[in-house]
Amino acid sequence: MIRVINATKSFNENKVLDNVSSDFEAGKTNLVIGRSGSGKTVLLKSIVGLLELDRGEIWYNDTRFDTLDFKSRKSIRKEIGMLFQGSALFDSMTVEENVMFKLNMFTNMNHSEKRKRVDFCLERVNIRDANKMLPSELSGGMRKRVAIARAIVLNPRYLFCDEPNSGLDPKSAIMIDNLIKDITDEFKMTTIVNTHDMNSVMEIGEKVVFIAHGVKYWEGTNSEILKSDCKPLNDFIFASKLARQLKH
Amino acid sequence: MNLIASTGRYFILLGKIFRKPEKHYVYYHQTMKELIYLGVNSIGIVIIISVFMGAVITLQTAYNTDNPLYPRYLIGLGCRDSIILEFSSTVVALILAGKVGSHIASEIGTMRVTEQIDALEIMGVNTASYLILPKIVATVIFHPFLTLMSITVGIFGGWLAGITTGVISSGDFIYGIQYAFIPYYITYSLIKTVVFAFIISSVSGYQGYYVSGGSLEVGRASTRSVVYSCILILLFNLILTQLLLS
Repeated sequence: MIRVINATKSFNENKVLDNVSSDFEAGKTNLVIGRSGSGKTVLLKSIVGLLELDRGEIWYNDTRFDTLDFKSRKSIRKEIGMLFQGSALFDSMTVEENVMFKLNMFTNMNHSEKRKRVDFCLERVNIRDANKMLPSELSGGMRKRVAIARAIVLNPRYLFCDEPNSGLDPKSAIMIDNLIKDITDEFKMTTIVNTHDMNSVMEIGEKVVFIAHGVKYWEGTNSEILKSDCKPLNDFIFASKLARQLKH
Repeated sequence: MNLIASTGRYFILLGKIFRKPEKHYVYYHQTMKELIYLGVNSIGIVIIISVFMGAVITLQTAYNTDNPLYPRYLIGLGCRDSIILEFSSTVVALILAGKVGSHIASEIGTMRVTEQIDALEIMGVNTASYLILPKIVATVIFHPFLTLMSITVGIFGGWLAGITTGVISSGDFIYGIQYAFIPYYITYSLIKTVVFAFIISSVSGYQGYYVSGGSLEVGRASTRSVVYSCILILLFNLILTQLLLS
């Protein structure tokens, strides 16, 4: 489980996180939702240690993460997989080299074992015959899937996804959502997904946390979200004409 | 104040770069790649520049010493010493600051703005060391070879220009480049090259590593890396000359 307690973060005078607290449960797909600029990415980057909080605590099970030094964080980071908004694949490496990178860096596997593991992960995300391709030769959806394969190659305990289906068509977006959900269930990971896509919320949101202007307004499940009387949440969910028509 | 802060941040980055590598063979492979990108791929430009540099030095020396009191072999001697002492180390380093420095800064800067460095960081990789150390090692190892090549090719260019224009005979030129040769000048030139290679790769790595923003900032970092590298090369050229030749 990952626990965030009173996370507060400002950039100069601009407060982007204000006393956000939440528990993200193991084996579940936890979603952080909110408008663009609401503080979702800052929260996620603070949880993984890419940004330092001004105040607050980050716990990975019984270990307080935010006070650890670089060396001590390393052991937890090896159990983390992350999918970035723009995929963040290494553009000078092939698909295979991207997925194999962590194995080269942190394991003593021989080459055939590594290739076997890479093939398994690529197969798992439905990528075939693309081992020797460069990221620039892949479509947006394929890049996301390769990034997921890279994230899961060392069997992580924690998976973080920042806007995993941004820039994808609705069908590819649903496929990525389902892939994240399946992998979370299969590997019993603690998964946190940042999104502003309501389709994702309804498809995979086992636990949903809503943030607006850096403040947590609501948390619950996807079956409760449509019945909520939280005004900022309703403004967010029913922002589109289609959603309002469906509500009525 | 900004200068002091940047200098401090540069030395902190150097501290991170020279930590023990996570996996030696990964760093070895990375260094081999950089030797190709930053070293072997620079051979062409070094050869072209050196040939023309040597040729121009020979012709300028010849036209400015058109006096029967000066022995003709001094043209060869002047060409040799100019190339060894200054041109093959300093001028070639300034050119490489443009080629190699901008390449390093833009490569690392692009990785920063596309979150590739964040991805490495999340994996638990020491990003400063993984990205910059192989570049420093590759340039420090390979640039002395480029300097030796530049010296050879530059003197050849001088000889070629001298005999094709008829300002000096082949015999006089060859006698000149052998006359009063001081081997220490080569050592001096190579020491300068190693220091300049370190400046180019570490300053450019620093500029790229701390890029924030988008592609515009990557371009600016690339320009800054060339400008700062050139200034530091000229400064250290002066310091090392005083230290090594006085």
